Amino acid sequence: MISSLRLRAAIVSVALLAGFLLLWHLGTQGTAPTANLDPEYARLMGATAVEGKSAFPGPAEVLGKFWWHLSHAFYDNGPNDKGLGIQLIFSLARVLGGFGLAVAVALPLGFLIGMSPLMHRALDPFFQVLKPISPLAWMPLALYTIKDSATSAIFVIFICSLWPMLLNTAFGVAAVRKEWLNVARTLEVGPFRKAFRVILPAAAPTILTGMRISIGIAWLVIVAAEMLVGGTGIGYFVWNEWNNLSITNVINAILVIGLVGMVLDLILARLVKLVTYPE
Amino acid sequence: MAMFDDAFDPGSRLTRCSCGKHASQTAHDAEAAGQRASAAADEDSRYGRIIDQAVMRALFPDDTTRRNFLKTVGASTALAAVSQFFPLAAAKEAFAAGTIGPLEKKDVKIGFIPITCATPIIMAQPMGFYSKYGLNAEVIKTAGWAIIRDKAMNKEYDAAHMLSPMPLAISLGVGSNPVPWTMPAIENINGQAITLAMKHKDRRDPKDWKGFKLAVPFDYSMHNYLLRYFLAEHGIDPDKDVQIRAVPPPEMVANLRADNIDGFLAPDPVNQRAVYDGVGFIHILSKEIWDGHPCCAFSASREFVTQNPNTFQALLRSIVDATAYATKAENRKEIAAAIAPANYLNQPVTVVEQVLTGTFADGLGNIRKVPDRIGFEPFPWQSMAVWILTQMRRWGQLKEDINYGSVATQVYLAVDANRAMREAGLTPPNESFKKHVIMGKEFDPGKPREYIDSFAIKRS
Ligand SMILES: [Zn+2]
Ligand SMILES: [Zn+2]
Repeated sequence: MISSLRLRAAIVSVALLAGFLLLWHLGTQGTAPTANLDPEYARLMGATAVEGKSAFPGPAEVLGKFWWHLSHAFYDNGPNDKGLGIQLIFSLARVLGGFGLAVAVALPLGFLIGMSPLMHRALDPFFQVLKPISPLAWMPLALYTIKDSATSAIFVIFICSLWPMLLNTAFGVAAVRKEWLNVARTLEVGPFRKAFRVILPAAAPTILTGMRISIGIAWLVIVAAEMLVGGTGIGYFVWNEWNNLSITNVINAILVIGLVGMVLDLILARLVKLVTYPE
Repeated sequence: MAMFDDAFDPGSRLTRCSCGKHASQTAHDAEAAGQRASAAADEDSRYGRIIDQAVMRALFPDDTTRRNFLKTVGASTALAAVSQFFPLAAAKEAFAAGTIGPLEKKDVKIGFIPITCATPIIMAQPMGFYSKYGLNAEVIKTAGWAIIRDKAMNKEYDAAHMLSPMPLAISLGVGSNPVPWTMPAIENINGQAITLAMKHKDRRDPKDWKGFKLAVPFDYSMHNYLLRYFLAEHGIDPDKDVQIRAVPPPEMVANLRADNIDGFLAPDPVNQRAVYDGVGFIHILSKEIWDGHPCCAFSASREFVTQNPNTFQALLRSIVDATAYATKAENRKEIAAAIAPANYLNQPVTVVEQVLTGTFADGLGNIRKVPDRIGFEPFPWQSMAVWILTQMRRWGQLKEDINYGSVATQVYLAVDANRAMREAGLTPPNESFKKHVIMGKEFDPGKPREYIDSFAIKRS
């Protein structure tokens, strides 16, 4: 029964995709070539203006280009033109850098807040003010104070992945069942042992869920940040192709951004599963 | 090509060409080609002429006087006479390639915005002008003018392509922190255009443009000041009758297609790209507003210039050489092919070629031939800086009057000539001021306040 449901769902998925591709193909057929155009003049004009080619690329063009990017992922034509694979490495390095810093800050701070109602109350107003600030709004400030665009991008990733992790850690720690802590107290477990052996395993699913939210946000923000500061990364790639009005390449980049985001999310989801034990 | 003309030729004018024909090699070859070919072929004589010009400008600020003097005494007598007062030979030697000291810094980063204004800065990399002077230069594409400013101020870049008003704005602290900035060379003159959406092809009189939404690339740009000037001369108040907004160049074409804006005054290749994609037509080239106007510039912080004098000299000479190469019409196709790839402009070659060669589709079905659509001349006329400052004041970007002339002198370095002369123990010329004519109206850099007062439409 379950497998037949799965099969039927797969059939519907494929049908939806096929329908979408067909509509896309039909929608980008373009118009008839412009009549009576002086060939000398036509030579100076683009395909959209002369052949009536659709300004938006069709699925075949996009997929063809996608294949090209896959087979040329690591070319390097100088500082402003590198393959998608190299750009992804730059972006992932920035995300992991900012994310790692955020982990290093959010875990201890989250523990502190989760275990101490006093600190929770004292710090809460700050979080309430800082949390809703759009990560990109930090960018000009970071550029101005840090005076380095690469570090600024990492800082922006840090700040945007900090809050979900921090709040989830604090929440997870505070929600550890009182009985377990009482047991630990009766057995005279030391504070560090208590933190690592009792609280951490109990709060881990919540903490990792926070991390999963964080990495999703970080991946969204890095694209925007790199479009802003340029240089390298998948966001720069989008900007550079947008500059050339190459919708084909922009769609390709969107596909790759989506795929990588999905992989990051899957990894964290798997980790959450690993640390979750049925009570 | 005032920069590479022979100062001792009575026929050559030391002022910028008002007819524009001296930038047009095809139309003007007979008198100019010989001079220019030899000037560009022989570097020593090219630098020599820069020095000659600087000295002659110092002696005879007025062009007519100088021409009369040369006619009367003859060029060779004049040369001998001038050499007695100024050690011209020493000055030329100091500027010749061999005299750059050891480079303080060989690896340099130069930021650029992907537009044809940056041609000399960009082409100098693939075509080897930087490496000729021992520089290992990386030219880094940058997303926008605010970012290029911030990266240059953060010293991530050693030098940068900027809009010519930006070094003035940075030095004055308008729109950013005040940091002493220098502009040793203009990159290009002309080379911009007003492009309108296809639906306006029958509304060619600016008086009919009330309610238009127009875009410029940056608030502190020649584009903004030229568009405002152009509109105001046609009786349209740029703040009240139309909307002008700053839009990054790549988004201009997309916005034109999406009908979000009616047109723009933009750098190329944006205008040509709008034509190429069939979404707009070129209403007027910027050279038809002010022939010979400056646009973009090669700039560096004063700190970089003073701490790395030799590197700076090497950079500047690379740019001057690239500029000289770019002035020749026969090189323009080769340059277009060199700067069009994804690593640089990332545009179809034919678009870049149409901009550089000046043989282009106008979007209305005509092929126009304007060989000096874009020109490359490095001399930073300080009078142009004064004009820019008067427009900043006119439109309220500057809140009060300043000493226009002295700011212009501090920021727009006539370094190419002056610096070499100073090193040779000479008194550098101050005469880099001259009158300009914009849409038939004369601008006297000696009377900035009177000039601002002479406009009916203004904010101050
Ligand atoms: Zn002329
Ligand atoms: Zn420009």
